[in-house]
Amino acid sequence: MRALSPTCARWSEAEPVTLSSAGTTVVPFTSPFDIRFERVEKRFGSLTALRNMSLDIREGEFVALLGANGAGKTTLLRIAALLMNPSSGRVRFATSTANAGKAGVPGGNADTADISQPEAKRSIGMVGHSTLLYDELTAAENLIFFGKLYGLGDIVTRVPTALESCGLASRAKSLVRTFSRGMRQRLAIARALLHGPRLLLFDEPAAGLDRQGLAWFSAMLARLRDDGCTVIMSTHARNESLDLATRAISLAGGRVEHDSGSSGDPRDLLSQLRAEARVEN
Amino acid sequence: MSTARAAAILLAKELRLEFRTRELLSATVIFALIIVVLFSFAFDPTPTESRRYGPGLLWIAFLFAGSLMLQPSFAREQSNDTLDALRMAPVSSFAILLGKMLANFVFLSLAEMILVPVFAVLYNVSLSGIVSRLVIVFFLGTTGLVVTGTVFSAISAHARMRELLLPLLLLPILAPLLIAAVEATASLFMEQPELDRTWVAFLAGFDIVFLTASWLLCDFLVEE
Repeated sequence: MRALSPTCARWSEAEPVTLSSAGTTVVPFTSPFDIRFERVEKRFGSLTALRNMSLDIREGEFVALLGANGAGKTTLLRIAALLMNPSSGRVRFATSTANAGKAGVPGGNADTADISQPEAKRSIGMVGHSTLLYDELTAAENLIFFGKLYGLGDIVTRVPTALESCGLASRAKSLVRTFSRGMRQRLAIARALLHGPRLLLFDEPAAGLDRQGLAWFSAMLARLRDDGCTVIMSTHARNESLDLATRAISLAGGRVEHDSGSSGDPRDLLSQLRAEARVEN
Repeated sequence: MSTARAAAILLAKELRLEFRTRELLSATVIFALIIVVLFSFAFDPTPTESRRYGPGLLWIAFLFAGSLMLQPSFAREQSNDTLDALRMAPVSSFAILLGKMLANFVFLSLAEMILVPVFAVLYNVSLSGIVSRLVIVFFLGTTGLVVTGTVFSAISAHARMRELLLPLLLLPILAPLLIAAVEATASLFMEQPELDRTWVAFLAGFDIVFLTASWLLCDFLVEE
C-alpha cells in the first residue's frame, strides 16, 4: 500500500455551488465549509438519542468523537451525513464568503451562507459500521458505480488510483464477498474518499483493520488533515489515530459532556478519557 | 446529475447484480411457470375455457412473479446498508426509486416473455394478430404493478415482518389494476379480438397516478 494521494477536492477545481435559500446566488467553492448543529434533538420513540445539541465544527478540524455505547455518536454522524433528519433543531452546512452577506441569504450570518443539501452531499464522505458496498460486485465495479453516481469525470484514472492506494489493485476484479473484513474496510474507506469529500465522517473506521491496515489508515488520516479536510471520527479512546485530532468531544446521554474547543488542546481530554478507559477495563 | 442519468446508472447496477446472481429471475420464472403448468394439467381447459379463464390465470402468475421479484428490491440494499450509500450520493430520491422501478420492469417483462408463449401453447390460445395490442396491455399492466410494488417494497423494507407486509399492502392496492388488466387481456382473447379502450385508459390512468404519487412522495419513501 502506498500513501494515499490527496483526496480532498481542490476548491479551485470544484464546480460553483448554488446557495439553497437564495436560490440564485452562485459562489465559488473556495470557502471554508463549516458544519453547525443548532439545538439538535433526535428521538426514537421514547428514547432520546441526542438532546439539545449545539456544536460548531470548522473547516479543517479533526474532531475525535468519544463516548460510551449509546452516547449518541452514531446518531450525530448520521445526521451530519444527511442520512437522518433531526427531530428538532437543524444542521447547517455553511460557507464563509463575502458574497453571502450581500446575497441576503435567510438564516445566514453577514459572512456566511448555507450550502444546499445536494451540494453538501458532494462534499461528504462517510465510513460507517457497514461497508456500504455491494458484495456481488467486484472492488472496481463498486468504485466505478459510486464514482458515476457522484458524477466523477475521471473514473478511469481515479478508480485504479484508489484501489492501489488501499492495497487492493491486485484484487480489483474480485467480488467483494470474497474479501476479508479488513479488505472490505479498506475498500469502504476508498469508496468514501473517491469523490474527494471535504467533510469526512468516520464511525469506528478501524474496525477489522489489521496492523498494516491501521498504519495505512493513520497515514491517510494525517494526509487528510494536512489537506485541510474536516474529519469527525467516532472511536474508542485507545485508538492511536486520535493523536491526530485537533479537537476532542465526548458525549454522554446524548449531550456534549466535554469539548476541548476549536482552539483548545485536545490532548488533556484524550489523556483523561484514555485513563478512564483503562480503569474501566 | 439528471434524474434520468442517475436512474440509468442504478438500472445498470441492478441488471449487473441480477444477471450475476440470478437470484430473482430464475426463482420467479420457475414459480410462475409452475402455476401455469399446474393449472393446465388440473383443468385441461378447452379453447373456450382458456379464453375465459386464461387472462385471469396469466395475471395471477404475473402478480405472484412480481410479488416474489419486488420483495428483495429494497430489502437487499440492507445487507451492507448500501441504501445509505445511495442516499448519501448527490442524486434525487426519485432517481433511486426510478432505477429500481426500471430494473423491476425489465425483470418482470423478461419473465412475461418466457411465460406467455408457454401459456399460449399449454392453453391452446392463438396470439397471432393480437401481439402488438397485447404488448400495450402488458406494458401498462406491468408498469402499474412494478411502480406500485417498488413503492411498497421501499415502505416495507424497514419493517420487521416485511415478507408479510408487502403482500398485505400491495394486493388491495393492485386489485383495480389487476381487474383492468384481466378485462383488457380478455377482450383480446375473444374470438373477435378488440382492444377495450376503457380498460386500457384505466390502466394508463392508474400508472400515471401512482408514478406521480411516487415522484411526490419519494423523499419520504427512501428516507430512513
